[in-house]
Amino acid sequence: MDDKLKNEDPELLKEFQAKIDAEVKIEPKDYMPEAYRQHLIRQISQHAHSEVVGMQPEGNWITRCPSIRAKKILMAKIQDEGGHGLYLYSAAETLGVTRDQYIKWLHDGKAKYASVFNYSALNWADIGAIGWLVDGAAIVNQVSLQRTSYGPYSRAMVKICKEESFHQRQGYEIMVHMAQGTAEQKEMAQDALNRWWYPSLMMFGPHDGESPRSSLAMQWKIKRETNDELRQKFIDKTVPQAEFLGLTVPDENCKFNEATGHYDWTDIDWDEFWASIKGYGPNNKRRMKHHQKVHAEGAWVREASIAYGKKKEKKEVA
Amino acid sequence: MGNTENQGPLWEVFIQTKPGAPYKHAGAVHAYDKEMAIENARDTYTRRHEGTAMWVVKSEDIVAVQPEDADAFFDPSDDKIYRHPTFYEIPDGVKHI
Repeated sequence: MDDKLKNEDPELLKEFQAKIDAEVKIEPKDYMPEAYRQHLIRQISQHAHSEVVGMQPEGNWITRCPSIRAKKILMAKIQDEGGHGLYLYSAAETLGVTRDQYIKWLHDGKAKYASVFNYSALNWADIGAIGWLVDGAAIVNQVSLQRTSYGPYSRAMVKICKEESFHQRQGYEIMVHMAQGTAEQKEMAQDALNRWWYPSLMMFGPHDGESPRSSLAMQWKIKRETNDELRQKFIDKTVPQAEFLGLTVPDENCKFNEATGHYDWTDIDWDEFWASIKGYGPNNKRRMKHHQKVHAEGAWVREASIAYGKKKEKKEVA
Repeated sequence: MGNTENQGPLWEVFIQTKPGAPYKHAGAVHAYDKEMAIENARDTYTRRHEGTAMWVVKSEDIVAVQPEDADAFFDPSDDKIYRHPTFYEIPDGVKHI
């Protein structure tokens, strides 16, 4: 038996696995192995932090949108990302950890967020590429997670997936405009694709063989498809969309393989991936510093709100 | 934990998608009072007209059956099959019943 399960009651563990196998969702107060709870605490909070930190590279462009239409759309999208973070924190809190604690773990560097958000959005085409590729990759992952075995996580995913499609389409629309614009604009679109392609592929995580926690997560149906399966799905969907734009993904080996029915591709530079995870990505320090700063600056709002809430409660009782 | 970290109590959010429909649990929000709770719930869970009505209630005020008690708790309904219409034999030829 897995070492992580040695303290579990074998009878309960058997019943738990039977429920999972029968596609019965696990709810917050149900019995769950400690390793299942810990996996969810890590995965859901990482997912929540990613939504929130992901607001930063895009938020940078709100004041520089090329039109009022674009600005309204970008603000709505970023508001959605904040909302998605909140759905996920709400799901994560059902595991018995408070929101304060989750944020503290993020600030202490104990909790991670998707390394893709450590890359910079350098120009307007990047906003297109982020929506198309980063949200596109997130959708592939999240569609699969709608069937995750933990009830609150699954329900949050269903709601997020309903909203996410707008994000990808608004991104692709920007790419269409840029790709069909002037030669210079098309070049910007190609440049953005070049820079965001591999970071997007990295979003699916390490290869299956190198993903240490994958097997229990699959057995417990926290994850329904493996990192490599999801990554291939994304590539197969996305390469034709790039072709339609008249752009090429930055990988000369990326060609459709008749024999496999999938696109071949050149592997990720994993040194870059692990560097970013470990905090050496292009903007790790800046992203975390900004989050901490805004959180600290909000302290007086929280304090005032507590005082105001208490005052109102008194009045209602009186 | 000091007050500067305090995110306020948790409130559960229930949304009615259209008049006549049942209220369904949507998730939870943090807020410091009732008014803020309902505004936060609106901004978080109904950005696309998902609801025509909404309830929020402090999570700590919800009374729930513990899963380990559920079998025994719901047991009294198991042996009363005469509560189901299929329990009764109606002669052939009788209509509209």
